[in-house]
Amino acid sequence: MSRVIRRPLIAALLLLSTAWLTSAQAIAIQPITSPSGISAWLVEDHSVPVVTLRFAFPGGAAGDPAGKGGLAAMVSDLLDEGAGPYDTTMFHKRLETLGGYVSFSPGQDEFSGSLRMLKLNLQDTVELLHLSLTTPQFVPEAIERIRADMVAVLARQAHNPRSIASRLWMQDAFERHPYGSNANGNEASVAAITRDDLVSYVASHFQRQGLVIGIVGDVTAAEAAAVLDRAFGDLPAGQAAVELPDARPGDDGALVVSKWPVPQSVVTFGQIGLKRDDPDWYAALVLNDILGGGNFRGRLMNEIREKRGLAYGVSTDLVPYRHAGLILGSVATENGRVGETIALVRTEWQRMRDQGPTEAELDAAKTYLSGSFPLSLDSTSHIAAVLVQLQIDRLGIDYLDRRAALIDAVTLDQVRALARRLLDPNGLSFVIVGEPAGVTATRPPRPMQH
Amino acid sequence: MSIFLPRGGSRSRRCKRLIGAAILAVLLSASTAAPASAQQFDAESFTLANGLKVAVLPSHRVPAITVMVWYKVGAADDPRGKSGIAHFLEHLMFKGTKDVPPGALTAQIARNGGRNNAFTAEDYTAFYETVARDRLDMVLRLEADRMTGLVLDDRVVLPERDVILEERRMRIDNEPSALLAEQLNAALFLNASYHNPTIGWETEMRGLRTEDALAFYRRWYAPNNAVLVIAGDVTAAEARPLVERYFDALPQRPIPDRLRLDEPPHHAPVRLEMKSTRAAQSSWRRYYLAPGHFYGETQHTYPLEVLAEILGGGSSSRLYQSLVLTQRLALTAGADYAPACLGPAVFSIHATARNGVAIGDLEAAIDVELRRLADEGVTDDEVLRAETRMQSAAIYSRDSLSGPANIIGAALTLGRTIDDVTQWPERIAKVTTAQIQAAARAVLIERNAATGILLPEHTS
Repeated sequence: MSRVIRRPLIAALLLLSTAWLTSAQAIAIQPITSPSGISAWLVEDHSVPVVTLRFAFPGGAAGDPAGKGGLAAMVSDLLDEGAGPYDTTMFHKRLETLGGYVSFSPGQDEFSGSLRMLKLNLQDTVELLHLSLTTPQFVPEAIERIRADMVAVLARQAHNPRSIASRLWMQDAFERHPYGSNANGNEASVAAITRDDLVSYVASHFQRQGLVIGIVGDVTAAEAAAVLDRAFGDLPAGQAAVELPDARPGDDGALVVSKWPVPQSVVTFGQIGLKRDDPDWYAALVLNDILGGGNFRGRLMNEIREKRGLAYGVSTDLVPYRHAGLILGSVATENGRVGETIALVRTEWQRMRDQGPTEAELDAAKTYLSGSFPLSLDSTSHIAAVLVQLQIDRLGIDYLDRRAALIDAVTLDQVRALARRLLDPNGLSFVIVGEPAGVTATRPPRPMQH
Repeated sequence: MSIFLPRGGSRSRRCKRLIGAAILAVLLSASTAAPASAQQFDAESFTLANGLKVAVLPSHRVPAITVMVWYKVGAADDPRGKSGIAHFLEHLMFKGTKDVPPGALTAQIARNGGRNNAFTAEDYTAFYETVARDRLDMVLRLEADRMTGLVLDDRVVLPERDVILEERRMRIDNEPSALLAEQLNAALFLNASYHNPTIGWETEMRGLRTEDALAFYRRWYAPNNAVLVIAGDVTAAEARPLVERYFDALPQRPIPDRLRLDEPPHHAPVRLEMKSTRAAQSSWRRYYLAPGHFYGETQHTYPLEVLAEILGGGSSSRLYQSLVLTQRLALTAGADYAPACLGPAVFSIHATARNGVAIGDLEAAIDVELRRLADEGVTDDEVLRAETRMQSAAIYSRDSLSGPANIIGAALTLGRTIDDVTQWPERIAKVTTAQIQAAARAVLIERNAATGILLPEHTS
């Protein structure tokens, strides 16, 4: 049911960015190559009779053609709405009978998908993925139904303060780059997408070069190789042309207020961050955890929630796109206390820049970041997501064995230097959606694209 | 997962659906659909002299352990005028003891690479940690310590009261559909203990005091009113001495009977309509009073679970096929039923209207489906497909560390047994078309319904 509600872009990214912050532990990743030459990383685990296959093609929503925003999203919603010999209903009945779950998701930089299967029905379930990727029907009825769904999703986003805040923030930060656009497009662009666009997206994007795959669960290397050939074996060998320019987010220190009749204002804030391949990445992970780490670790949580009860939660995350990096945070507080809350965010930003963390904070963050590894690798889908992300980020198959050491090597001096170089209280930009008191906007919000 | 009020999670719904994806009401062992791996899950349970019930669920997939402490008390036990106190106390359980300063429990677990949180539902409150296998000792010590040793004063309690008020704004007041659901729930339960929202009514939350939380804590938190679940890379033989080391010394306490008020007969259906400028589209939902595992005509519970799946469990369900695909009146349509409550449960149906579709037309189409169900029942083929899906969901529910711990913990806390959980797939497989039709006729009746309609309001 991927069509029902697509999570706002930023929330999805935040999830992704923490999901694989894990370090070494005893999972054995095997590189495998199928008879037809498809490569994947495999983790065998025979404790539960299920298998998860995840994959990502290069080129996501940021590559949507001008005026066709939402194309990748529409493709992702339509792939399971009839394929091969099956119409929508037959396809879903077949999938349900086999006990399988398929989903596709258009990130900004990759188009990814996931297939969860019962071991019992492995090859039959994979065949449905194969049909989705190679012979989606794109019948007019389904296209119009999904188009209406997408317009409804846009309307919901336009009425949801969290979505509004993150959309406005991203739109400002990436004024001249596709990352600033809604992956779901806008009403006009969704209306402009034709069946030919969908067909051509599939032909140009679902190719073997650049495809990365993780497969995890109750499956042997030989069975996994057969799965790969079945799912991806007859895709063309080429690669989509998807390169985008690098982007420098415009973090101009703006404070924007978008009026919305809610008792609690929703705030998105952030500034430029690091890309995943930055040499200071691990120092940034540690820095972010100390400043805005979730689950009561960060200074912001301590100052804003624990000491003053200003919010239910506040956190920041590193958001590494392929062509830009961000530090992005969010908080929600009663309208009357927005001024105080924002002032605290600024104060902590400045204090971290000026003084850096303490030795104790550094140690606690490092042991948390490296030790929390086994916790997130408890299900086939979590592990498969990690396998795909490691390959997208080109971190090497031994990365999980090296990760703890990479984090452990971060020094206090490095984090202090990074804080001085990176954290910029004057560049920190805020978007507030609500009826906030105690704040003065630096400019009105730019009109939202929809 | 959208059931409870977790300290760091998402919104609560009536009774406990552990896993968001429609189907997974409960279960674990998956014996029917996967004969090769039946009974992989060998829970071992024992009870300490002080009454603490313990279940160990070994799983050696990753070198990690999830510990959960479940208390047999929830929002439905909030005293009159103190709605929200069970949930407030859940937050305050992180505010320290004689030996552990405020916040130190979470900090210590994080410093050791672990994660922790808690949630509150109508019938229970649970606290949990996931840590590396060699940190079990530490976690058990911390949980035992706060089972009877909580220390509170206004300095830590009052800011936290502001936190739960912000939580309420976030989950309820900022969301028109949540506001309507809250009212619909209160309208459905005239008298049953689930009338009040788990998070509490704002006016009463503002008045909750340190003494209220401590009184509630002393009344309900004790080893003989708790269930400890340890899931992961450990055996019962390894875990038991550690459990005894930290929990044996805790004193038993007399625990009062839990009051679960009966729902009187309903004589008229309820209908609520709410307009909001913050609503993007028209939506419709209906709650029916329904039996639960411990309340009402319990023979209908398994048939109702299958019925919810047939009627609204996915994209080949009746409501989706009819309203979304064939008639194109709705964007979404579904049904839910979760009988794991001490009191009455809810059978719910929901749909959102397509742009331009009158809500009355949508409702009429749903009523046609419900009438067809009562008149003609369901087919053997539908039952078979629904049961197959539910069996496979049972298998997936074992594909994580916390899934089994949640399912077993909730069952034991409600007074069900591990057998109830492991036999769920078999019981579901035995449900017949005749039982489903009988359950539909008994439960989906007009006077027992509360219907809520949310309409967008356009300001000009």
